[in-house]
Amino acid sequence: MTGEGAVPAVELRSVTRRFGAVIALDGISFAVGGGEFFGMLGPSGSGKTTCLRMIAGFDVPSTGEVLIAGRSVGDLPPYERDAHTVFQDYALFPHMSVADNVAFPLMIAKVPQAQRHARAEETLERVKLAGFGKRKPSELSGGQRQRVALARALIDQPSVLLLDEPLGALDLKLREDMQRELKELQRSLGITFIFVTHDQGEALGMSDRVAVFNQGRIEQLGTPDDIYDRPASEFVATFVGSANVIDGALIGAAPQRFALRPERVRLVAPGVAQLVPGIKLSGMLRDAQHLGADTRFSLALDGGQAFHATLRHGDEEEIAARGRLGQAIVAVFDRGDLKPLAS
Amino acid sequence: MRSNRSRHWLVTACAWTALAFLHVPLMLIVLYAFTTEDRSYVFPPPGFTLHWFDVAVNERPDIWVAMGLSLRVAAVATVLALMLGTLSALALQRAKFFGRDTLSLFFILPIALPGIITGIALRSGLDLLGFDFTFWTIVIGHATFCIVVVHNNALARLRRLSPSLIEAAMDLGADSFQAFRYVTLPNIATALVAGGLLAFALSFDEVVVTTFTAGQQTTLPIWMFSELVRPRQRPVTNVVAVIVMTMTLLPILLAYWTTRETGGIAGSGK
Amino acid sequence: MTAKATAATGSLRRIATFSYSRPGFVLLLLLLPPMLWLGVIYLGSLFALFAQSFFHIDEFSGVIVREVGLSTYEELFTPANMDILLRSMTMAAFVTVAAAFVSVPLALYIALYAGPRLKAVLYAAVLLPLWSSYLVRVYAWKLILAKEGIVSWAAGSVGAQGAIDWALNLPVVGGPSLSTSYIGTFVVFLYIWLPYAILPVHAALERVPRTLLDAAADLGARPGAAFRHVIVPLIVPGIAAGSIFTFSLTLGDYIIPGIIGPPPLFIGQAVLAHQGAAGNLPLAAAFSVAPLAILAVYLFVARRLGAFDAL
Repeated sequence: MTGEGAVPAVELRSVTRRFGAVIALDGISFAVGGGEFFGMLGPSGSGKTTCLRMIAGFDVPSTGEVLIAGRSVGDLPPYERDAHTVFQDYALFPHMSVADNVAFPLMIAKVPQAQRHARAEETLERVKLAGFGKRKPSELSGGQRQRVALARALIDQPSVLLLDEPLGALDLKLREDMQRELKELQRSLGITFIFVTHDQGEALGMSDRVAVFNQGRIEQLGTPDDIYDRPASEFVATFVGSANVIDGALIGAAPQRFALRPERVRLVAPGVAQLVPGIKLSGMLRDAQHLGADTRFSLALDGGQAFHATLRHGDEEEIAARGRLGQAIVAVFDRGDLKPLAS
Repeated sequence: MRSNRSRHWLVTACAWTALAFLHVPLMLIVLYAFTTEDRSYVFPPPGFTLHWFDVAVNERPDIWVAMGLSLRVAAVATVLALMLGTLSALALQRAKFFGRDTLSLFFILPIALPGIITGIALRSGLDLLGFDFTFWTIVIGHATFCIVVVHNNALARLRRLSPSLIEAAMDLGADSFQAFRYVTLPNIATALVAGGLLAFALSFDEVVVTTFTAGQQTTLPIWMFSELVRPRQRPVTNVVAVIVMTMTLLPILLAYWTTRETGGIAGSGK
Repeated sequence: MTAKATAATGSLRRIATFSYSRPGFVLLLLLLPPMLWLGVIYLGSLFALFAQSFFHIDEFSGVIVREVGLSTYEELFTPANMDILLRSMTMAAFVTVAAAFVSVPLALYIALYAGPRLKAVLYAAVLLPLWSSYLVRVYAWKLILAKEGIVSWAAGSVGAQGAIDWALNLPVVGGPSLSTSYIGTFVVFLYIWLPYAILPVHAALERVPRTLLDAAADLGARPGAAFRHVIVPLIVPGIAAGSIFTFSLTLGDYIIPGIIGPPPLFIGQAVLAHQGAAGNLPLAAAFSVAPLAILAVYLFVARRLGAFDAL
């Protein structure tokens, strides 16, 4: 990726965006290196999309600066910026063929027709849509439309590609395939990809680094491992993956809150509990939810707190636990799996 | 689902009667254009002939002068309406700004107010400004409601265009003019055609406002009106009626057909 | 990036970029031409009209005296002129009520009884007369109502000649012939504006969720009750909206009363008469302001009935 002293592809410095009394972004600062696959993750209204639009040029900060390739873009219109966007609804021009859609940036730049069509065909091959040139957007499936949108945004080799919820409209199977393809595409092109999503699985699966947004601020910026294994706050812990939030007092530790991933929890019958090492919390097993490869168990601890454990479907422990629905159960976990939370 | 609900025979009977009420007069007009009888309202018509068509075409130049004026006025008014109506629709669709709803109301007034009000208002306005009544005063009167028709059609279509299309165009290098030319315009083209055709038809048929702003000139509807009040050759009037009916019906049908897949026409009023 | 380097930097683009960050400026530019037209010419003229009604005409010289006063309005309220106003309002009221009655069954049929294809055909059938020339349609009735026309023939062939004579002998509304009686005027008004009454009712009915009617039936309502309690409240706004058109269009029309009906004038004809040869533009203006005022009151009432939501 970028070495020391290299100019970041995109940088935001203390960017604030106010809409009347509402603060959509509150002093956001971060830098994205050249060739990085950068994810902005957060719930709706957290400001991530506003951020993306500011980089694209559809919005202007109330205060602060946006820089692309080291140059402040100020209020430069989108057509003067070296960043292209793949929109959430793909925004393909319905009255143009696929080839004309893809060649649009070249047409605006007055590239002669023969040349543009050749490059359009090339780019379509790159996104695995060779030969689709003559079709109309209305004849394509969602996945195909997305590739056309990608091709259109990549044809004139921008230095930054912005993607707004790229996988949101696709079915699960397609989503997983597209994740891999996008990652491959980005690696082969070497372009900086910045995308916005509310799906933490996507963010963790595709990004080199992730910024977790909440209410206009970045709660944590780091690699997917950092975010998942070392969440900086309760919000990050519960938003990225699921987490049980435990007060230290419950387990005789310091009065601080800890996050515990449900998949690090074991469930055993009360009678057998003392044979198993680790911290134990007793409660009642309320519900079991079949999630395919895993089963998610919901417990009510003795103090009344809700608690979750995720066990692999088919394991001895999981089968035994399913047999104890509605009965007393003991949750067991290692102290090392507790992640201290700052807030 | 429909068959579960009972239908009252009275409703059906009244409905079809009303429909007949609406259409029989029109059919009669066409019938009467071919009658041999020269006062032309005897029913049933004693015979059928094309004689009156011949008279209308060859012996009545006043008809064709009036028709020529009507066509010229309609053409110019439509062109003006297309330009100004599109501009105003673009403006109203863009942003929510202070007073936008009031402005929208202004765009309904020319077709909501009785034609006579518009007519006399324009007449006193022109009189106050000291203008003579010429071809252009007629055009001004017509353009006023033609703009509204085009505006409504353009606005209705613009509202259905996804705003991300324009953003996408600009993101990919097009400035606002280019975005309009390559993305907006092709997508509202049929609405503009429909609005233009509608405006043309309304202008061609317009008589009330024209009476006030025409001075000494005669458009075809004005010709028709004077024939109604002081008839010269009734059957010839019938022939002209059939011609006028066709000439106003065709553009509107065309407009309807052009927009049938994209949502229909807005504001096909008077 | 090479594409950007060779992109057009012509004056058009510079204008575009300049205006991109100044949306207010662009708005002004877009709106200025049409607003100039509508605002200055149309609204200005309306205002000029309003102003004219406060001037008066000098009786001896026939010149318009441009001094503000109410003498023209005083003239408006003389019995002869008040007659004209009342006559127009009464006709408008009758036409509106009749249109409401006639329009509902057809609207009901199209919205609730007809299948999808028939619905589209019938909808076009209702619109078709609207799209035919207004004058031609009025002219058609002149032929129909004439003494040897189809109405007489039809009445004659079923022996109902007496009915027509009886109608013509009615006080006020009768007359020497159908085409010179208020009955005739009434029928023609009804005919011409009927589509305007049908369309809003139809639109309101189309908006009634099918499930609502099914639910009513499901809960035991007989068709008559379902109509009264479910449909009627929902179409009142539609009827009110349609009535705005029929009332206002009748109130201001001068062509139909001029062609079909007895000599006494309606508002529209009075306006025309006074602004023409007589040159009494102030009185004509006053006669125009009157229906506007009446309409304003009508709109206020119609709004209460929910007409504005059904437009």
